[in-house]
Amino acid sequence: MPAEGEPANGLLLAVGQLTKLFGTFAACDGINLDIRPGEIHALLGENGAGKSTLVKMLFGVLAPTSGQIVWQGQPVRIASPSAARKLGIGMVFQHFSLFEALTVAENIALSMDPGVSLSRIAKEASDLSHAYGLPLDPNAHVADLSVGERQRIEIVRALLQNPKLIILDEPTSVLTPQEADRLFETLNKLKAEGRSVLYISHRLEEVQRICDRATVLRHGKVTGACDPRKETPSSLARMMVGSDVAHVTAEGTSAKGAVKLEARHLSASARTPFAVSLKNICLKVHAGEVLAIAGVAGNGQGELFDALSGEYPVASDDVILISGKPVGTRGINARRLMGAGFVPEERHGHAAVSALSLSDNLILARSQSDRRAFLGGGPLGLIRQDAVKMAAKRISAAMDVRKSGENPPAGSLSGGNLQKFIVGRELDRQPTVLIVNQPTWGVDAGAASRIRQALVDLAKSGSAVLVISQDLDEIFEVATEIAVISEGRLSDIYPASDLSREKIGLLMGGMYGKTETAETAHAH
Amino acid sequence: MRIELERRPDVSKLFSILSPFIALGLTLVFGGIMFMILGKDPLAALYSFFVEPLTEVWSLHELAIKAAPLILIAVGLSVCYCSNNWNIGAEGQFIMGAIAGSILPVVFYEWQSPLVLPLMMLLGMLGGALFAGIPAFLKAHLNTNEILTSLMLVYVAQLFLDWLVRGPWRNPGGMNFPETRTFDATAILPEMIASGRAHWGFAFAIIAAVLIWFMMRYTLKGFEITVLGQSERAGRFAGFSSRKMIWFSMLLSGALAGLAGIAEVSGAIQQLRPVISPGYGFTAIIVAFLGRLNPLGIVVAGLVLALTYLGGEAVQVSLQISDKPIRVFQGLLLFFVLSCDTLIHYKIRMMWYDLSDTASEGAR
Repeated sequence: MPAEGEPANGLLLAVGQLTKLFGTFAACDGINLDIRPGEIHALLGENGAGKSTLVKMLFGVLAPTSGQIVWQGQPVRIASPSAARKLGIGMVFQHFSLFEALTVAENIALSMDPGVSLSRIAKEASDLSHAYGLPLDPNAHVADLSVGERQRIEIVRALLQNPKLIILDEPTSVLTPQEADRLFETLNKLKAEGRSVLYISHRLEEVQRICDRATVLRHGKVTGACDPRKETPSSLARMMVGSDVAHVTAEGTSAKGAVKLEARHLSASARTPFAVSLKNICLKVHAGEVLAIAGVAGNGQGELFDALSGEYPVASDDVILISGKPVGTRGINARRLMGAGFVPEERHGHAAVSALSLSDNLILARSQSDRRAFLGGGPLGLIRQDAVKMAAKRISAAMDVRKSGENPPAGSLSGGNLQKFIVGRELDRQPTVLIVNQPTWGVDAGAASRIRQALVDLAKSGSAVLVISQDLDEIFEVATEIAVISEGRLSDIYPASDLSREKIGLLMGGMYGKTETAETAHAH
Repeated sequence: MRIELERRPDVSKLFSILSPFIALGLTLVFGGIMFMILGKDPLAALYSFFVEPLTEVWSLHELAIKAAPLILIAVGLSVCYCSNNWNIGAEGQFIMGAIAGSILPVVFYEWQSPLVLPLMMLLGMLGGALFAGIPAFLKAHLNTNEILTSLMLVYVAQLFLDWLVRGPWRNPGGMNFPETRTFDATAILPEMIASGRAHWGFAFAIIAAVLIWFMMRYTLKGFEITVLGQSERAGRFAGFSSRKMIWFSMLLSGALAGLAGIAEVSGAIQQLRPVISPGYGFTAIIVAFLGRLNPLGIVVAGLVLALTYLGGEAVQVSLQISDKPIRVFQGLLLFFVLSCDTLIHYKIRMMWYDLSDTASEGAR
């Protein structure tokens, strides 16, 4: 779009040659973008493409290095979020900023001008939320609300400022399909009122469904501006990634072997007031199988991983079995020695220590399972740096980990590359059981497809793989069996081919359908 | 207005190396200004503070005597701090080590044997470790803040020592002075070399520094300490127990502080008095950070801080000023070390907002 020489031609927002440098790195490099009144405009791009940086500049969180922002025909400098709000820009962040111990109305009051009474805010919020089909009880405590309801608070909070432009950052990543449908209705309502929406996503299907126009970013530059309805998913993906994304093939994973991982009526109480307790979870993963556990974030996935990995062992031995042996009370290293491997959800500070080098992060997971190779000096426990570095190099090569330097700190790698290393670290041992929580969370499309293929290949080679994921696309790509977790309860396990997205959506909402017939129907 | 620290995208290698020296330089400049305000010639003052003590053999011995406890304690503290356990009660562990080690020469003074000295050292380590075990237990099992408990126990130890030397352990032939009997020759840590007073405590300090350096750099235990200090969750993923690490690091640093205590009493003072430390346990915290929590760096830092003690004594004599400048110098040094290191990793950014924003900002 032409950045200069264009008068106030009815554009709500026109961004011209906007650039943001971090040191010498250009997170946004000469971005042009325009938004018309009453449209839903998609901002597409992989992780690290510069989407967040761009919207942070629009919302006054970051100051642009150069370039201009024209708001309703007037060049503006947005110095802070409150300046953005005064102009009429509202934002709903991907990660909510809510205090769990406060009520909905109290949380909303925090972002309003001081001096407005709580009861007035509660009433306005309640009216507004009903008017837009996002019902909210203003007196409910945030801790008691689902993720979808928490997002509503953020949306209502933005709407109370009566914005002309609402920016939504990856809003559906935490929603069930049904909740997402509801959100889309709301967005259409906003559009009908003449408000504009800037919709950030990497889900092509959604963008095609609701967005009028799309701007695609890659490596901080605009690589395409289009009408998403006239594109195919693969043409959009090509604009995002720059090349075709390898398709994950899951054929040949049907052969079933012995049960390698089993949970028998596993229950665990919540460790903190805001955690979820596990309730009577039963599951079996056979050799050659990929069991995917779907569910909306915060329904006990982390707790299930903690119990299965042995980071927080449970009270009795025989509720968790690895290769038929009871391990419930044993620690994570004992389980690793029995052939299990683990990939937690959080990369930084859980699966890896950001400040430590890749080779050190290899020792992190394998100091005991590869004791003979990596440690010397008997009781002294001397670390054999050479052997560890060799292994780290082997893993990086096998998983195509792109890094700066031979053995850089884990924190310097991009999310996708670090995740490839973390997954590769386990695959390198050929584990008989692999438990992965959110394998491709925040990972770019190329790395994600590589990781998913690796999981499928591991199962094909005769291991049992358990994948906990929020991403339904991912689940349908890798899973042979699917179960759904909701409020710490696990549904029955269904063959992947028997389930539709709608059925999963219902299960996510807590309709377990745990009937006798279903149970017997699925007895192996 | 709000001031923020913003992480620098890349850290300058050159300045990481220079940082302690810049801090030292700034300390000298501001120390000089302080002397000027006191009405003394800053150059002469700095000379007698930092250079004169290095020109004589006897004062080099004094330097080693002062550096030994600083290094021993700081090396132990570095393990604590690397593993994210904030033991700041080394002063108390130092005193308790000195008391426990003194049981033999004070209570069983008639027993004279070559075994006495090694046993004293072991008892000293045990006393320091047990005293550090109190905050360790409180943190590991009752989730108490170890900064508070370890600090408060310092005063318990000081008062306990005071009571001992005025009460049950007072020297019967000591004219009622609050002191224990002087140690027998078999209970005195001998000099290292004939030219002066420096005792084996300095050798203990060097050996401890090298051993801990080796552990941190080459062994799985050192790796465990680093990982748990960086992220408890990652440590749990690796199968390391943060609870065991609380015990390990606190007991280790307590034992080294206790060894420093008994070595100081046995080698330099040769009896117990109401006050046996000019704040070694607290100064060692500065030493640990000035040495970047690296045991070899701590040896150098210990010598530098020992010099401030000697220089402080020297200026008291030559310039007729009080002993407070030592404290100011040590404070300046810690301040500049920490701020130089911080500014290498972060830059300062001023944010000009009106205050009504901060509520919504904070909530994000």
